[in-house]
Amino acid sequence: MAIIKTENLSHIYSEGTPFVKTAIDNINLEIEEGEMVGVIGHTGSGKSTLIQHFNGLLQPTSGKIYIDGEDMWADKAKLRDIRFKVGLVFQYPEYQLFEETCYKDIAFGPKNMGLSEEEVDKRVREAAAFVNLSEEQLMKSPFELSGGQKRRVAIAGVLAMKPKVLILDEPTAGLDPKGRDRILGQIKEYHQEEGNTVLIVSHSMEDVAKFAKKVLVMNRSKVFMYDTVDAVFARAKEIAEIGLAVPQITQIFAELKKRGYDVNPNVYTIEAAKAELIRLLEEGGDIRA
Amino acid sequence: MLKDITIGQFFPGDSFIHKMDPRMKIIATLLYIIMLFVASHPLSLIVGILLLVLLYQVSGIPLKMVTKSLKPVVPVILFTSVLNIFFVSGEALFKFFFITITKEGLTLAILMSLRILCLIAGSSLLTYTTSPIELTDAIERLLNPLKKFKVPVHELSMMMTIALRFIPTLIEETDKIINAQKARGADMESGGLMQRAKALVPILIPLFVSSFRRADELAMAMECRCYRGGDGRTRMKQLKYGHRDWIALAVMVLCIAAVLLLNHILG
Amino acid sequence: MSDFIEARGISFSYAMDDDPNPIRVFEDLDLKIKEGEMVAILGHNGSGKSTLAKHFNAILMPDEGMITVNGMDTRNGDLLYDIRQEVGMVFQNPDNQIVATVVEEDVAFGLENIGVPPAEIRTRVDDALERVGISEYKAHAPHRLSGGQKQRVAIAGIIAMRPRCIVLDEPTAMLDPAGRREVMKTILDLNKNHGITIVIITHYMDEAAQCDRVVVMDSGSILIDSTPEDVFSHVRMLKSVGLDVPQATEICYELNKAGYTMPTEVLSVKNCADELQKLIERTYAAKRKAAKLGSKNK
Repeated sequence: MAIIKTENLSHIYSEGTPFVKTAIDNINLEIEEGEMVGVIGHTGSGKSTLIQHFNGLLQPTSGKIYIDGEDMWADKAKLRDIRFKVGLVFQYPEYQLFEETCYKDIAFGPKNMGLSEEEVDKRVREAAAFVNLSEEQLMKSPFELSGGQKRRVAIAGVLAMKPKVLILDEPTAGLDPKGRDRILGQIKEYHQEEGNTVLIVSHSMEDVAKFAKKVLVMNRSKVFMYDTVDAVFARAKEIAEIGLAVPQITQIFAELKKRGYDVNPNVYTIEAAKAELIRLLEEGGDIRA
Repeated sequence: MLKDITIGQFFPGDSFIHKMDPRMKIIATLLYIIMLFVASHPLSLIVGILLLVLLYQVSGIPLKMVTKSLKPVVPVILFTSVLNIFFVSGEALFKFFFITITKEGLTLAILMSLRILCLIAGSSLLTYTTSPIELTDAIERLLNPLKKFKVPVHELSMMMTIALRFIPTLIEETDKIINAQKARGADMESGGLMQRAKALVPILIPLFVSSFRRADELAMAMECRCYRGGDGRTRMKQLKYGHRDWIALAVMVLCIAAVLLLNHILG
Repeated sequence: MSDFIEARGISFSYAMDDDPNPIRVFEDLDLKIKEGEMVAILGHNGSGKSTLAKHFNAILMPDEGMITVNGMDTRNGDLLYDIRQEVGMVFQNPDNQIVATVVEEDVAFGLENIGVPPAEIRTRVDDALERVGISEYKAHAPHRLSGGQKQRVAIAGIIAMRPRCIVLDEPTAMLDPAGRREVMKTILDLNKNHGITIVIITHYMDEAAQCDRVVVMDSGSILIDSTPEDVFSHVRMLKSVGLDVPQATEICYELNKAGYTMPTEVLSVKNCADELQKLIERTYAAKRKAAKLGSKNK
């Protein structure tokens, strides 16, 4: 069953004013449980608006949204409970930390859920372990930590709520390559262990190629593509045409293909590229010529 | 959403009023306010209303903006009207049990309401047609003589400029923080006063922290651009009174005279 | 080309108020930047690169050693504003460096500070706006612009001061890909067509690859300082200090590791495709030769 399902979902900002803007337009989407999805699109393509609907922060102008089979806006009293099923980590989440200690900050979400003291404690420690925070760091003020550490505390704060769906809006923005790989690695690990659905908004196709199984491409308020990574990158040309950059290695393979070599152009990671080139070098070449 | 709040929202334009010297606009606005209070009869206020309609026509500001700016003062107007209608003594027009409505009360209520409406609409016209930076600039220059008395005029206007510059940024940031905490289950809509006050902590602390960080970075960026206070500074935009400013001044003076005359006639 | 910025044996540490042991950021560091160069400084967070950049326009002063900018010692307080006019600085967060509420007013801010006559401010502001391509937004409020546009406003504010060098501290870190492209295009234009010396601190390897020279910093010292081609060919070293290399370089490196001879000084798509084509043709030719020999021997 689809964990997230939308039916003709549209959202229009500032309706009835001169600043009216259709942010998402008639979106029909089904995201299966346990999926790892990369979400890409330009700034203003509607991807931020879309993910804010998944967690009930925005109410659709028209259309419906179902989380785990339940109509999110059918009963406003239930909205809060449905919202807990979807954890949303915003861009630069480190700026939302406010408690005296990292421990308390991570506990904020679980406490709001009304969990028992022991359960909160258990969840805080589990979440901290996922993002590699030490006991000592847990008791520190979040403001004493480095930028990358703060971000991991903020992510742990959402993980501790054990959402069925975890959505992260550009979790690696502004980090150096090491910090980026670390956070993506931890999210991937969490996904594999918990088996829950994860959506990551990213500007980097290289990153999407590394972690995602499926890719959602948004363009001009609409879903441009929603398919497996292979199928999406097979249409690299179309993606480039809407102005999104495909990984450099994919571009190199497209160039080789253009020059007449028999390569599979749907290559987007270094490992795949290496394997494909070695195959070409060893098997290719007409020996009888 | 918070973003929709307009704080002195400026509408760029090319009208007679837009092109006026901001100093004269401030002076004219002050004169307009004086005129509103000089008018002692609702009918004398008609001059003020007509002038306002004319000015909005000239400025090209959509009428919708006027009603929008007036909305928040409606409760104030209702409150003062009620006070005036019921509690001013004089010639009774209407009696119902212990409630008496007097002619004087009604007149005063209309007068006060119109005054407040004109006051808000008039001063809104100033902020609609003058960019905040022109406004602070004009205030700085109008207050310049006070420098002799060691009033830090430049510093005050710089503070105002920066505040204006960062209001939209901080509003946007507040929006983001509210959403982030809501996504973590923060409940800001229910509970008593204490609970609601407590619910603000997760929003105010991050906002403060980020404001300090911004202030720090801005100060460094300003230093990098050779900022060292008001001494020896020049300004790109020079203010000069022109024809239209003198025309505006004349119009205002004439209107005040007209109001005085009407007051006298209506006595 | 002469040296424009010269750091000789500089050391710097942050002294915390209550901490008797200050945190050493770098020690005995030497670096020269020539006039007209475009230099990238790479390094992971905390490698000291931002602190170093703040020494280039006398925001920070070295504890030991000295830095000269166009021959001026940054410790000389009398020269402070001369130095800051010659070396402009652009920061990461575009929001926190724009002072005014109108784009053109912000561009004028620096010029007003140094007391340029109004008429000249006007022409220099228009000129600067034109050069970064945001003239059409000159009357807009900065918060209505995109990140890339805001960053270009910040750059315009700097170039209006006619500096000879601009130091940019991760100017694209908070931008989306479109914004990054706009800003890089602007920076390249300033360097190539207007001869402005550029020092850019970045995490993005593709940006560093567009520079003339790349300096890699790690824990307060300079690890390597060379052309981008040379620097990125040290794939293992860069990875060990938490940095990336362009995929074009990485695939060549991987093929080398697998026993194929490939040059590793490859950065661009075209360059990489050329080299791969050569490798494929070479391998196929060798195969044909071997096959011919084989059939002869039969």
